[in-house]
Amino acid sequence: MPHQTEDIEIGLLLEALYQRYHYDFRHYARASIKRRLLQARSHFNMPSLTALQERVLHDPEMLPRLLGFLTVQVSEMFRDPGYFRALREQVLPHLRTYPSLKVWIAGCSAGEELYSMAILFREEGLFDRTLFYATDINPDALRAAEAGIYPLDRIRKFTENHQKSGGRSSLSDYYTADYGRAVFDKSLRANVVFSDHSLVTDAVFAEMQLISCRNVMIYFDRGLQDRAVGLFRESLARHGFLGVGSKESLRFSRHAAAFSEFVPEEKIYRKREA
Amino acid sequence: MSSAPDRAVVIGASAGGVQALLALLPALPADFPWPIFIVLHVPADRSNVLAPLFEAQCGLEVKEAEDKEPVRSGVVYFAPSDYHLLVEENGDLALSSDEAINYSRPSIDVLFESAADAYGEGLIGVILTGANNDGAAGLKAVHAAGGVALVQDPTAAYARTMPQAARQACNAALVLPLERIADYLKGLERE
Ligand SMILES: C[S@@+](CC[C@H](N)C(=O)[O-])C[C@H]1O[C@@H](n2cnc3c(N)ncnc32)[C@H](O)[C@@H]1O
Repeated sequence: MPHQTEDIEIGLLLEALYQRYHYDFRHYARASIKRRLLQARSHFNMPSLTALQERVLHDPEMLPRLLGFLTVQVSEMFRDPGYFRALREQVLPHLRTYPSLKVWIAGCSAGEELYSMAILFREEGLFDRTLFYATDINPDALRAAEAGIYPLDRIRKFTENHQKSGGRSSLSDYYTADYGRAVFDKSLRANVVFSDHSLVTDAVFAEMQLISCRNVMIYFDRGLQDRAVGLFRESLARHGFLGVGSKESLRFSRHAAAFSEFVPEEKIYRKREA
Repeated sequence: MSSAPDRAVVIGASAGGVQALLALLPALPADFPWPIFIVLHVPADRSNVLAPLFEAQCGLEVKEAEDKEPVRSGVVYFAPSDYHLLVEENGDLALSSDEAINYSRPSIDVLFESAADAYGEGLIGVILTGANNDGAAGLKAVHAAGGVALVQDPTAAYARTMPQAARQACNAALVLPLERIADYLKGLERE
């Protein structure tokens, strides 16, 4: 049965990655991790996943390349504009009552979501009192997020999303175009801490008023989702807000009862009184 | 989860797919015993009308698939727009926002290949009308895992490219006119 052999190889390869490099994909949703490993196998021209495992075990330079396959980097600025509109109109009025704020973008990819949030907070006059944490496990993505540079051909979509989110300014106020690239204003990351942090293996590091973790937990199995939501629950201040991706929900989570649905259509939750 | 059903139907359709599914799904009885997973390519802004549209016409429960949702028998699940739908071996559904495959998200191949892993010979794959090649590799995977491969007769399909490509990739597939597919599925149930 080739299909059973592959399943054994996948389990061994993920175990090897964990023991050798401490990247833990063992409890990611299996069907899609399998697809991505098989893509990596053919990309690197390996006869089998076992051969791929041997290569990555002995050659640390393979690790970032394999991580590029294992983590999905699809993102855009103001992705699902309705989500950012709901933050603007319904969540930020509550946050306004705090003298200082902490916001965590967990799984920030190349920074699209972080810059969206920073622009939103600036438009609403909350930027100066906010500290943002942008975390991810993919070092290339974190580097890209810190640089804040995107190909110009992505900007049209970003601009359209920003408008739909109720943007009060023009997105072009925040970047300069340069050789086919949009370079975002570095003042947007003045209050940002970029950091390597895994929702699977790391712990809570600060108390937040808002956590946005979108299209990350969708790649986890149910047990891991419970772990991640548990971290958010622990990290959130009283009445803190948690936003997840448009096709994610806390409905099947062990922690469902700890949250109330604040804007159900946009998957924004609020932590209940303990 | 021992209660997860051991057989399932996957259906892929593109251009002309709404009409084809309106001919197929309402012809299935309300007590159809297996889950049905469907990828239908439609413009993103129209996709969330699919479940209500079909629910009104069918005896079966019809819904949009949710991430990590346990699969139930006799329920029709549509992939949401802009997300791939996968079936896990433990019987849960999973969504992913991975890159489009062959310009398609959701992708028929992604659904069929994951379902073939999960259900093996218990799976029935059906490719209907469509104007691209999505689903051909998926149907081949269904057959390779020991499942049943069905293709709508391309000569009578609204768009024949997709069923034709599927038949070429999987020449063991059974070719049936659209009107006969529901009866064929009901027949499998009686086996
Ligand atoms: C599809 S992107 C989502 C980007 C953005 N949040 C959005 O919704 O557009 C998923 C991100 O999650 C990151 N990721 C995967 N596993 C993670 C983990 N265990 N902890 C933190 N981030 C993780 C990936 O590296 C990737 O950058």
